[in-house]
Amino acid sequence: MTGQKEKEPLFSTKILRLLMTPINKGNPITVLVLGVCSSLAVTAKMKPAMVMAISVIVVTGFASFIISLLRNTIPNRIRIIVQLVVVAALVILVDQVLRAYAYEVSKQLSVFVGLIITNCIIMGRIEAFALGNKPWPSFVDGIGNGIGYGLILILVAFFRELLGSGTLFGYQVIPENWYIAQGGFYENNGLMILPPMALIMVGVIIWVQRSFNKQLIEK
Amino acid sequence: MNRNSNTYTFLYAAGLVVVVASALAIATIGLKEPQEKNIAIEKKLNILSTVGKGMPGDEITDRDTYIETQYDKYIVESFIVDGCGERKEGDAFRVNMKEEYDKIKTIKQTSDEAQQAALRVNLTLPVFVYKDDDARLKCIIPVYGTGLWGPLWGYVALNDDFNTVYGAIFDHKGETPGLGAEIATQAFAKQFVGKQIFDGHTLTSIKVVKGGAPETDLHGVDAISGGTITSRGVEDMLQDCLDAYEAFFTKNKK
Repeated sequence: MTGQKEKEPLFSTKILRLLMTPINKGNPITVLVLGVCSSLAVTAKMKPAMVMAISVIVVTGFASFIISLLRNTIPNRIRIIVQLVVVAALVILVDQVLRAYAYEVSKQLSVFVGLIITNCIIMGRIEAFALGNKPWPSFVDGIGNGIGYGLILILVAFFRELLGSGTLFGYQVIPENWYIAQGGFYENNGLMILPPMALIMVGVIIWVQRSFNKQLIEK
Repeated sequence: MNRNSNTYTFLYAAGLVVVVASALAIATIGLKEPQEKNIAIEKKLNILSTVGKGMPGDEITDRDTYIETQYDKYIVESFIVDGCGERKEGDAFRVNMKEEYDKIKTIKQTSDEAQQAALRVNLTLPVFVYKDDDARLKCIIPVYGTGLWGPLWGYVALNDDFNTVYGAIFDHKGETPGLGAEIATQAFAKQFVGKQIFDGHTLTSIKVVKGGAPETDLHGVDAISGGTITSRGVEDMLQDCLDAYEAFFTKNKK
């Protein structure tokens, strides 16, 4: 123990940067293009996207935290397996808690909660950050990446639910009498609820983001 | 301690597994009670929703108690029948439809008729009896099948002619949200109201027609676009499960 080293404040600029970078400039989905698979699957409706976002934030945060705590003890040769076990355990915990206290949503998310394990963001952040940093910055980094992921999820879900089903969080937003069936002029875009549209939505978000952040454009 | 030695690696892995396994075991046991309660409430709500006695809206504060009282009020009887339409001993609420579904599948695969009959006696098929506000009785039966990603299930309520569908609801484990998962919506289930499962004396079940069934079709409803395999799953589920109940229906049919 060094002892003399001055203790860093809990929310220093460095820590805040860890939290904010993944939300915009280092966004896991739009910039690093990680975790795209699940963002296609759960974004047809807002509610599952929201719960998925929260679940991923919890898992990325705590997985990074735990791995960072263990980082000096993990045998190098089984590093990935140890990471997987920790992530898998957290995911099962989240799944069990959802089943006990948010039963309706857990039914909607079903397999996708389990599939958080395969979310590249989690393993990516553990490998790239948590293994080499202290628990607190790792935790913040995990949370930040989870938020970055979650925001894109919610953004995509917003457009997909609005244009695809005419609802938001299950509430009808487009007036009923606009619909052709009721004598109006409007019809939901069925294409929006199909997974390919999520990919196109993500593409559009990447495009918009890069047109605002010129430094993100690859040479 | 050498972190790269085999002994350390093995011990570390073993220790980690023990710690994680016990943490998960504790969590599972600790959360079991609310989870099972959720499942029982869900089942009661499903049965009630089949006959349109589900949740009236958001004004109910104590959802669980409300469902329990509604269930006790409207579901006046539940019993078990076998595949030959005879009543059997047992608690209908606790029947595991997955096991019954497996038995139904075995019957389908058996070609020997004597063996089929023997297997039919083994079925334990639950029937829930709903008494509406005008004291008319309707029977609610569970159905179970497979969709694209996992199991599908639901309940079908039949009028006392044991032919016309009074109501139906469907649910699923993991169909694609927005596509196959649409079978769980009111809009899909509503189509089944008024359809007939018998054509004369033969059980035709109800077909889920891709591209849309004509409105006059008494034995067909529209499929879900983008959810072909789930739609087909619903059709097979109805066919298989109604077949199993056929003897019971025929016996009581008017």
